[in-house]
Order: sequence, then structure tokens, then C-alpha cells
Amino acid sequence: MIRVPQWVAQHLAALRVVLVLTLTVGLLYPLAMTGVAQALFNHQADGSRLGEHGSELIGQDFLGRREYFQSRPSAAGDGYDPGATAAGNLGAESVVDTLPAPDGSREGKQSLLTQVCARSKEVGEREGVSGARPYCTGDGVGAVLGVFRADGLTGAATRVVSLNQACPAAPFVAVHEGVRVECATPGEDYAKALVVPIRGEVTKVMVPGDAVTVSGGGLDPHISVAYALLQAPRVARERGLNPADLRRLIDRNTTGRALGFLGEPGVNVLKLNLALDGKA
Amino acid sequence: MYGWFQALSILSLLLILHVPLGDYMAKALDGGRHLKVERALYRVCGVDPDREQDWRRYLLALVAFSTVGVAALFALFTTQGILPWSLGHGGMPWELALHAAVSFTTNTSWQNYAGESTTGHLAVMAGLGVQGVASGAVGMCAALALTRGLARRGGLGLGNFWVDLVRSVFRVFLPLAVVFGVALIAMGVQQNLDGAQTVNTLAGGTQTVIGGPVGSWEPIKLMTGDGGGFFNASSAHPFENPTALSNALQILIMLLVPTAFIRTFGRMTGNLKLGWTLLVVAGILFALLLTAGTLAQSATTGGTVAQAVGGQLEGTETRIGVPGSTLFGVAATASADGALNSSYDSFASLGGGVLLAAMMLGEIAPGGTGSGLYGLLMVVLVAVFLGGLMVGRTPEFLGKRIAFAEMRYVVLYSLVAPTMILGLTALAIALPAGRSSMGNAGAHGLTEILYAYTSNVNGNGSAMAGLNGNTVFYNLTMTLGMLVGRYLPIAFVLALAGRLVQQRPVAATAGTLRTQGVNFVVLATGGALILALLNFLPALALGPLADGLLG
Repeated sequence: MIRVPQWVAQHLAALRVVLVLTLTVGLLYPLAMTGVAQALFNHQADGSRLGEHGSELIGQDFLGRREYFQSRPSAAGDGYDPGATAAGNLGAESVVDTLPAPDGSREGKQSLLTQVCARSKEVGEREGVSGARPYCTGDGVGAVLGVFRADGLTGAATRVVSLNQACPAAPFVAVHEGVRVECATPGEDYAKALVVPIRGEVTKVMVPGDAVTVSGGGLDPHISVAYALLQAPRVARERGLNPADLRRLIDRNTTGRALGFLGEPGVNVLKLNLALDGKA
Repeated sequence: MYGWFQALSILSLLLILHVPLGDYMAKALDGGRHLKVERALYRVCGVDPDREQDWRRYLLALVAFSTVGVAALFALFTTQGILPWSLGHGGMPWELALHAAVSFTTNTSWQNYAGESTTGHLAVMAGLGVQGVASGAVGMCAALALTRGLARRGGLGLGNFWVDLVRSVFRVFLPLAVVFGVALIAMGVQQNLDGAQTVNTLAGGTQTVIGGPVGSWEPIKLMTGDGGGFFNASSAHPFENPTALSNALQILIMLLVPTAFIRTFGRMTGNLKLGWTLLVVAGILFALLLTAGTLAQSATTGGTVAQAVGGQLEGTETRIGVPGSTLFGVAATASADGALNSSYDSFASLGGGVLLAAMMLGEIAPGGTGSGLYGLLMVVLVAVFLGGLMVGRTPEFLGKRIAFAEMRYVVLYSLVAPTMILGLTALAIALPAGRSSMGNAGAHGLTEILYAYTSNVNGNGSAMAGLNGNTVFYNLTMTLGMLVGRYLPIAFVLALAGRLVQQRPVAATAGTLRTQGVNFVVLATGGALILALLNFLPALALGPLADGLLG
């Protein structure tokens, strides 16, 4: 027998172990699990399908149609695209927009704050309530000032710009620290200004938080009970339904906390809308 | 309120389950007879299961196995297009395939690609599935060797790598995977071999629903410290994590094997009290991280956006909620798992900082499978050494003297991760190729880069996903970070084990520093925190702290 060096022998052993693992862990195990799953939990294993209408676990885009309850905003592709699941991934202090150039030579990029404010305004208009939120302007962008100071970080304010409001918009406050507030000129460099978000006077927020934020994967099948109740009057009006009946339908499609204390309650939007169409 | 109750119940269940599992693992992994089928397997693979290996042989086998693993995965990813079950996806470009191959072999599983548009079923089952289990087992092997180095009373042998590997896979991971896989499938995780199917949505659009063997992958992803998603959204995807109950189970699975391994250590060294002491240290660190994370994520302390929204809801799933996302995030980074059920990039700035800190602690609370234990032991050895110096005696641990030669390996071990993380982050921030990938501007952009290298070097795999990592620069620097960050520490661990195993233990005397009780717990916990803070506080100050405190 030929003696091979130790390091060659170990690599040959490694190769054979990898092959054995590929056959057992890599093929036998998942295929056996598929067989077991299909036999015992056929509905779940096949993706919890609702007939030809998709899956009860995968949220859908209801395209703003007024007779349907609407899902949360989504960052998956163009919205609820299972081929491109994603979150928005903007940070908690993403408050300053990159404004688009008026001649179209440069695309803009909305900050997370402006996305939230714009969605809040849109949902408020759709449901006939106020879309106002803290840190948002009336025209649905983040209420953020850029304050230039005499000594850089300190000193008196010398110039104040409303960073997310492109000219010729009227700034959401006229005067800040005695200085007239300007609208923002796209492309101008405001990097030297201190960024100051302005909370504003809003006390009562009508649009729930899940209606103005994207989910972790972009396929969230649920909305909060509060968001469903906000949409209920519109849907009842569009469909000529009794509000009490609709309320019962919402309750029936609400999942409480698992075991009474895990996670959060949610309303399954697809199942609720299917029930409205009489297809459930 | 519900959030704390949720955390308490999951952690209590973990505490109960880790005892029988840890005891079982001690019996199944160390000593005892080979099963008939195992003997046949060793024969087929051409290894002698009864031959003890010294630390050099053990390391050689470990590195050989990992090298072949990388090569096999690389081949699978690049040739995927001509193999069955590819779902029409082509092969990956070489730099992405290299990164992905190293990523899953080193138990990191950072993904610079989106699963649903890149990997077919064969790549997931026979590629990720195999290396997920194998890489977790490699960590267990290194920890078993170190444990034997401490427990044995002379000789050179640290065990046999191939036996440790085969037993970790077939006696621990695979049976657990079947149990947890079936449980998750019952809760709604799909398990089929379908491809993409287009359905008409209710409102008159179309939607392409993607099938796949998710249920068999999910327990591997969670249990082995792997953490890579079947889909891009990982456990935020309803097919991977359909309910709040499955979310709780997933958190438990992530923490279970590493926690049980602490018990296994206690059993193998015949010192269950020491096992409990280590568990208390890990538990205190976990509790600190969870408390800090929960406070940072609450609406009143959250950032500007959270106050506008009325909660830290951006990037979280309705069914899981903010507390369920925070607990999952802390569990995924305090272990080496790195799965995600929400957007860590959109966490409150300080909340993201807590996840970073959990990784920077060295993933020891409870860390990865095996890697958590040896990481924890390294911290404990530092504490023993410091404590020994304070009372003016030669430091001892389990009767083995911890002198200069031993401490050299401990210090080298501790230096690898900070050097690689800070060096690579500095390089990326200095080069346009590094900066152009940032998804956020300013301090948060720096946090994204720091997070990326911390996650890659420590083998975590969770991401602040705003960073575009799929560039030649990031694929290659991350690959370097993962290789050095995984195998160099393992080499130091095995070298240390090789020294320790030769020592005949000395009897404990009145002057021996006791490795139990309040004093020692405070010393070890404080040591872990101070080591991590000294290394990383400046970087944390420029990243998440600046982001959160200056707004």
C-alpha cells in the first residue's frame, strides 16, 4: 500500500465526508421532510394557499381600490413582490431629502421621515381624516430646518433653510430664531448647516403607525386593528354595508396574540377582502 | 409589558431545556461506543475513529474539511445553471460565489445576494444545508478539543476531529432539525419543491409566489448559528416565520444548542458548578443587552422618525411587533446566528448599536455552537489571570496553570477580531469603493460599514441591509475577514488546548482563585465588557452613538 502524506490523506477523507453529508443532510433529509410535511401538514407545506387567490400568509397590493381594505406600504419590488422581498433599510435619523433637480438631470431621494409624512398625508386624504404627524409639514414632507450658525456649531443663527421643501414652496415656519426661513434650492450644498427637526404642535395623530411604515420583508399579510378600523367607514360606504356587520367581519379576521401574550394582534387583509367579496 | 413576559417565558423554557440537552450532548459527543452505521461511515471515508489526534493533526483535519467545503460550495454556486432544481437561476459570478462559499463554510452566512432571485432548491438543500450543519459542527469540534484539553490529565490527544464532526451532525443537529422542522411546518412554514407560480391578486394584479423546501432549511439556519435566509427577508418573510408563535420558537432554537453546550462543558469537566457559573455570566450579558435594546427601541427614546411614526415600526412585521423584533435581534447577535425578522438598519440608532455591541462582545452570550463556549472560556481565562495576579498566585483554571505561554494564545485570540474589524472598516471608509455602497449618509452610513465587518469577522451574518455588499471590493474584503476571523482564532484555541492537555492538574489549595461565586462572576462579566469596550468604544462613538445622540 502506498503511504500518502498526512495532509493529502486528510483532504481525501474530507472529500469523502463532504460527499456523505451531501447525500444525507443535503438530499435525504430535505426530501424526507418534504414527504412527511406533505403527508401530515399538506395545507401549510404547500404555502397556505387560498384557492386561486394566493396565500393567506403573503400580503397583496390592493392598488388603492376604494372598495378594499389596503395593506401596509411595501418595499418589496413595486410593492408585495415575493420575487424581491426587502425592507426600506433607512435609518432612524434619516430626515433630510436629496431634492431632485428641476431639469430632471438628477434624481432625488426621499428620507425616511419624508416617506412617513407623505404616506400619512395620502392615507389621511383617502380616509377623510387629518394626516398630520409630529415632525411633518402640511405638504407632507419632513419638517427639518438647516441652521447655519455664526461659529459653525455655535453662535447666532445666520441663515435658516427648510431642507426638504424645494423652492418655490412656502416654508412650514416663516421665522426661526429671528431669521427668515428660506425654501431649499435643489443641488445647493447645505452640509455646513445643523440639522434641526421641528416637532410642531400636533397632539392627535389619526393615521396609525403601521399605515406609514414598510414591513421587514415587504409581504406583511396583516395590518393593525386600528388601521382596519380607520378604513372601515370608507369600505362600508363604498359597498353599502352596515358598519356593525363590517366590524364583525374585521373581528373574525383578526388574529390575537399567540397564546395570549406572544407578538401583536393583526388583521389579515387578504382574508378580510375575500370575505367582503364573498369568496372566503 | 407583553414584551417582557414574552422574553421571560422563552428564556425560562431555554433554561429548562438546556439541562437535558446539554447532558445528552456530553454523553453523545464524548467517548462511548461507535454505532454500527457510524463505523461503516468511517470506513467509507477512510478514517480511523479510534485514533487520537494531537492539536496539529486536529487542526489539519479541520482545515482540510473546511477547504473542501469551500471548494464544493464554490463549484455548486458557479455551475448551478446546468444542475437540476435551479429554478432557472444561472451560476453566480466568481467573486459573489467565493464570498457565499466562504460565508456558509465559516458559519457566517452573510448574503450578498437575494435568495429568491439567486439560489435554486439544489443550492439551498445540498449547498447551504450541508455547510450550515457542517460549519456549526466545526465550531463544536474546536470547543470539544479545548474542553478535553482542560479535562484530561496528560497526554497529547484532543480527540478525533472526524468523530466529533460526524457525531455533532448525526447525533445532535439532524435529530433536532427533524423535530424543529416538523414543528415549524405545522405552524405554517412551507415545505415543497415547487418553483415560482403566478397568481391573480384580488384587486386585479398579478403576484408570483415562490415555493421551496423552507421547512427543512429553517431549523438548520437557526440551530447551527448559520442564519442565512431562504429568502432575502429571512425570518421577516411569512413563509419562513409565519406567526408570533413560530417567532418565539425561532428565538428559542437560536439560543438552544450554544446554551446547552455550556452544560456539556460542565459535564465533561466534571464540574457542573463551573458550568452554572459560565451560564450566569452569559445570562447577565444577555440580560444587559436585551434591556439596553428594549429601552433604545421604545418610542419615547427612539429617533426622530420613531417619534413621527409613534413607535419603532419601520421595518417590523405586524404579527411580530417591536418587542418580538428586538428580542429576536438581540438573540441573533448575542448568539452567532445572525438571522433577522426585521430591518436592523431601521432599528433606533442606539438599538442598532446594541446589536453591534452584542457581536463585539465576541458572541459569547451564548454565542455560536461551540464557538460561543470557547469564546466565553477565553474571557474567563483573562479573568482568571487578572484575578490570580490580584491575589498574587499563579493563576489556575480547573487545576491547570495559566502561565505566560498559555496567556499568549488567549491574547492572540482576543486580538484577531478587533484588528480585522477596525482595519477593514478603516480601509472601506477611506476608499471610494467602500463609501459608495453606503445606503445611508453620515454616521449611520459608517455604522452600516462597521456592522458589516463586525458581522463578517465574527461569523454572525446579520446585516444592516442598506449597505450594498455585492461589489468586488466588499465581496473580497469580507471574504478575507471571514477566513481570518474564523480560522485564526480556532488555531489559537487548538494550540492552547494542545498545551493544556499535557499538564497534570494540580490540587486546589486555599490560595487558588475560586472560579465560582459572586466575586468571580463579577470579575468575568466585567472583564468581558471592559475588553470589548476598550477595543470598540471609539468606533461606536463615531457610529451609532453619534447617530443616536446628535440626531
